[in-house]
Amino acid sequence: MTAAREIGLPILVVEGVSLSFGGVTALQSVSFDVREREIRAIIGPNGAGKSSMLNVINGVYHPQEGSVSFRGAKRRNVRPHEAARRGIARTFQNIALFRGMTVLDNLMTGRCLKMNSGFLEQALYLGRARREELEHRAKVEEIIDFLEIQHIRKTPVGRLPYGLQKRVELGRALATEPALLLLDEPMAGMNLEEKQDMSRFVLDVNDQLGTTIVLIEHDMSVVMDLSDRVVVLDYGRKIADGTPGEVRTDRDVVDAYLGVAH
Amino acid sequence: MPDAADTFPRLVLRQAEERPDRPAFREKYLGIWQVWTWAQVADEARAFACGLAALGFSRGGHLGVVGDNRPRLYWAMAAAQCVGGVPVPLYQDSVAQEIAYVLQDAEATVVVAEDQEQVDKLLEILPQCPNLKTIVFDDARGLLRYQQPQLLSFERVQALGREYDRQHPGFFAAAIAAGSADDVATILYTSGTTGNPKGVTLTHRAMIATGRTYAELEHLGPRDEMLAYLPMAWVGQNLFSYAQSIVAGFCVSCPESTETVMADMREIGPTYYFAPPRVLEALLTQVTIRMEDASRLKRGLYEYFMGVARRVGPKLLGGAEKVGIAERLLYGLGDFLVYGPLRNVLGMSRVRVAYTAGEAIGPDLFVFYRSIGVNLKQLYGQTETTVCVCVQPDGQVKPDTVGPPLPGVELRLAESGEVLVRTPGLFREYHRNPQATAEAKDAEGFFHTGDAGYFDRDGHLKIIDRAKDVGRLADGTLFAPKYLENKLKFFPYIKEAVCFGQGRERVCALVNIDMDAIGNWAEKRHLSYSGYADLAAQPAVYDLVRGCVEQCNRELAADATLANSQIHRFLILHKELDADDGELTRTRKVRRRHVGEKYAALVDALYSGKTSCYIETQVRFEDGRTGMVSANLKIAEARVFDGDAVRRAA
Repeated sequence: MTAAREIGLPILVVEGVSLSFGGVTALQSVSFDVREREIRAIIGPNGAGKSSMLNVINGVYHPQEGSVSFRGAKRRNVRPHEAARRGIARTFQNIALFRGMTVLDNLMTGRCLKMNSGFLEQALYLGRARREELEHRAKVEEIIDFLEIQHIRKTPVGRLPYGLQKRVELGRALATEPALLLLDEPMAGMNLEEKQDMSRFVLDVNDQLGTTIVLIEHDMSVVMDLSDRVVVLDYGRKIADGTPGEVRTDRDVVDAYLGVAH
Repeated sequence: MPDAADTFPRLVLRQAEERPDRPAFREKYLGIWQVWTWAQVADEARAFACGLAALGFSRGGHLGVVGDNRPRLYWAMAAAQCVGGVPVPLYQDSVAQEIAYVLQDAEATVVVAEDQEQVDKLLEILPQCPNLKTIVFDDARGLLRYQQPQLLSFERVQALGREYDRQHPGFFAAAIAAGSADDVATILYTSGTTGNPKGVTLTHRAMIATGRTYAELEHLGPRDEMLAYLPMAWVGQNLFSYAQSIVAGFCVSCPESTETVMADMREIGPTYYFAPPRVLEALLTQVTIRMEDASRLKRGLYEYFMGVARRVGPKLLGGAEKVGIAERLLYGLGDFLVYGPLRNVLGMSRVRVAYTAGEAIGPDLFVFYRSIGVNLKQLYGQTETTVCVCVQPDGQVKPDTVGPPLPGVELRLAESGEVLVRTPGLFREYHRNPQATAEAKDAEGFFHTGDAGYFDRDGHLKIIDRAKDVGRLADGTLFAPKYLENKLKFFPYIKEAVCFGQGRERVCALVNIDMDAIGNWAEKRHLSYSGYADLAAQPAVYDLVRGCVEQCNRELAADATLANSQIHRFLILHKELDADDGELTRTRKVRRRHVGEKYAALVDALYSGKTSCYIETQVRFEDGRTGMVSANLKIAEARVFDGDAVRRAA
């Protein structure tokens, strides 16, 4: 007996995006939207263009055609740090953390964008730098509590098992207090228990923090359980879009996944 | 005149009056230790108690408490007692059905749960527990959207309570005044190995008496520190971190999470510590592994000084024996270089008193902690006796006894060797189970512990086995198979042992070698072998195990009661005893009778004087297939010692 989340208006609109690298077409006029507080999955076979789509959304790739509007602002060639500043955070398929630094320090790097004090102030730990450091540390501690990683607070990331590194990466993305969170295969390579933990954290982030989430995932049961709506890509084209139930029974999707005799 | 503060609520109020600003509870939150003083704790408990009253919880009501060690859960217990209710702590890792059984049996009307995980379990069993009206949660995370009318947050109940308190000004004081020392203070459910758990009712008088006994024995006071990390539903944690803390006024710290216990312990530096043998064992294993990875210099230093520590440490700590000046200096140097830093890493730098109990502790493990200067002692007791029967006093610590009876405890040994106890800390009854109460408690008020034991020369109690497993040899002397088996298993080379002797002239044993330990040992000696059965049959391995058995015999000979149960003949089994083959229980306890029947041919050979025996056994592989293994097992003789001679020499 739980009350449903309120799904809002579209926060991200992708319109007719095409992307190619030389002669290779990665995306071909793909359009879809993501609504506020929604969990939106992007699925598709290998090479379907899923990661490219995320890279377009946060400005790593610039599409040749089409546009991406985030919170009503239409833009074409945004750069990744601008996207981050505007509230888009992401995690990577291959973990991209600072392996020699502790969990705490890795999460603190997620706060860099929000620090205003200058180099000298920080080096001397003066007035504003000190105040900011305490504020950011408090925020990071909330994330540590939220993700239940208190026991590894001071452990260098390189010494952690894979599942925990993934969780730390999620934590760093959360440290930027994003409005939109892009997760690139958050559960790849995890065992069942780690997947369950991660699924719970994804749901909690969405539910408790109200963060909108776009995730790429291969594990179909995870996708079906977590997401509100699913976009299916195949060879750079959108072949289906709808609720997990609708997508699952879609003829084209079944063909794309299972292959079809032509 | 009796002490006026004879219930927990009165004691809490007295602590709040006498030392309002001393810390009572600590918990780490967002990386920072938060502190609650006794005055704050009294206030929080008062608000929650009035909140319970506002919800209709009244005298004699039962309040379930389920979760990890959290300050608020302890306050909820105190609050329930304030209004004359009875807190019933539950194991936080119980599955929903186990919780349902306890809540039904206790007829709990309110449950305080730590978090979403516990709330989910409670909601699942709600239809089975018609008495359960309210679920109060501590941590709101994930519960935001739950709309069940039974759910209330801890803060909400306290807010209701503050309002109720304002409207009924005399209520709280009157409720506390109405309490009596003979009221039930708590019901603890014992996790019985057979049948349903039984609710052990303990009165304020019993728990406070026990708390005082310990506080006086160990001089516990408001300056002591303890880390609460074991389940609240377990009598020991309940006694140490609730009853004793309130009696002695010391501060209880709750770890940040179950994974951070080691780090939290280092930060808090408890002076008073409890750990069951398995925790101590795990800590030692960690130390050993880290020392094996250390540089050669460090490893050399560690090994040298640990040798010194084993020789000198326990004597220094005991204070009874003389230690030469040279040894003292050497130990001092070791303390500076090795033991001090080691205690620091373990979080035991400030430990004044450390207890272990629950199961037999290996002498090596026990001596390790004492040799590095941690005052580890054994105690003995059950839920029914508020874990208050025997404790080793400072200066009289021995690895193989649990010490003399505590002041005020009457101990008796039944004909069968069973330990009978009468103490002020004894339970009143099993909740709603007069039949079990009558079986456990006799007409004179002695509790039948079910453990068999005897007193050694110094009047220390030695627990040897469960009473029902203890038998007699043909000459009528005591035969405690588990005690012998444990003694053998404390050798790292022996994994399992099964001793026979009931109604026979002598004791014989089947032994299982520890493949890892003996494999390593064989490798160092360049001893080649093809597998388990081959290794087990090697003459060199037989010699090694014979050494262990003879060492065990020598120790048995020194003990007049057990000298006759020395092991005369043994053989090493060709396969590991396995739960899949029905030889062990799922918790890895030997099923002695079953093993005896299955290997009847071997047992007969042990007693018939044969030197070898052929055996064929069926084994079940992990994939479910079965197969036969056969071997021709050698039977070895072990030297036995003349008990009187050994004792005279000692």
